[in-house]
Order: sequence, then C-alpha cells, then structure tokens
Amino acid sequence: MKIAIKLFAGLRDRAGTGDLTVELPGGATVADAINAAQHNAPIEWIAPTILMAAVNNEYVDFTSALADGDELALIPPVSGG
Amino acid sequence: MILITDQPLDPKTLADAVRADSDGAVVTFEGVTRNHNDGRRVEYLEYEAYRPMADDKLQELIDEIKERWEIDAVAVAHRVGRVDIGETSLVIAVSAAHRRPAFEAALHLVDRLKEVVPIWKKEFFEGGEVWIGDPGSERTTA
Repeated sequence: MKIAIKLFAGLRDRAGTGDLTVELPGGATVADAINAAQHNAPIEWIAPTILMAAVNNEYVDFTSALADGDELALIPPVSGG
Repeated sequence: MILITDQPLDPKTLADAVRADSDGAVVTFEGVTRNHNDGRRVEYLEYEAYRPMADDKLQELIDEIKERWEIDAVAVAHRVGRVDIGETSLVIAVSAAHRRPAFEAALHLVDRLKEVVPIWKKEFFEGGEVWIGDPGSERTTA
C-alpha cells in the first residue's frame, strides 16, 4: 500500500523534503512507515525522540495500523503561540 | 472564528467578533515576538502550520473551553510566515458574562495551543537559527 508522509519544521530540514511516499505491506504501522521514510528521503535522517504522528489529521500512536491512501504527518515538538 | 494567515493580525477585529450585549467581559490575549530568548538576541521568527489539521485542533480547543467555562464566544487567529520583533503572532479573544471565566478560558486555550496545535516557529537569532523545541535543528550562520 502507498502512504503519503508529510514532514514539518526541523524534520523537513533534516530530510531535505516535506513530502515522501512509501510503499509498505498491508498491516504496516506508523512505526514501520517512519522506518521506511528515514531511508527514502534525499538525506537520511533520524527521528527525534519526541515525535508525534497524525493520520488524516488526528493524532495516533506509533503502533496504529495504516491503510492504503492514508496521509501520515510526522510532527516534531509544536511551538505555536 | 478561526484564522490562520500570513497577514498582520488585528486584535480589535477578534474582540469585536466575540462581543455581544449579554457580555460583561471581553479578554484579548496577544502573543508577541520579543527581541530576546535564551540569552540571545532574536531577529525575527518564522511560523508554519499544518493545515487543515491546525484549524481542526483549534476548533477542538475552542469546544473544550466552551464546555469547561461559562463563556460566550471565542476567536483565535495565528499568523504564519515571517513575524518581526514587536509584531503579533497570536490573538485570542474570549467573551463572557463575567471576567473570571473569560480570563481562565483564554489562558487555558493558549496553554493547550502550545501543546497540541501543529504550528511551529523557527527563531532567527544573531548568528543562527533553530526550530523551537527541537534543539538538534540548530544551525549557525556566522
């Protein structure tokens, strides 16, 4: 299945892109997608320890299963205000 | 009212948007870019937002404070892009019949915003830049 991954802020700077697509087997989780993304980016990057994930605009656990066509956003520490 | 924009913010527009004849209080909060942070001289900030998730999360927070406090209306505006020293990056306006819930709800909203709304600021300081909350992202430009 195809998962679109969006990267933001410091994560996008590390990866050299804000948009990645990864191909994963059915049943893959958010954690699997992060592992795949680290190797698919133009620059290899390491996920910071404090990272949140959102699927289709809702925060999810790293153990959540993904579905074909999901948009996974990797969210480094937020700092609005 | 929720607004995420790269244009300058006008607090009065938000205060007027929440005001009604039944209200005895309108609290307006502005977050402003200061010229120093962590002992360094700040030159400007740059904000980015993940939309539409940021809009959705702001709406959830508005629903949260409306449930918890006796307030009337809420308006939130957040700026994205470059925000210079002294400029406003965030405006929150809360109206209520009485002042205390308006103050408490406005404070809670800004606290929660800083925890869950996918908006980021990059600080451009003298000699470098860093995404706030992500020290590993620091780069020096000297």
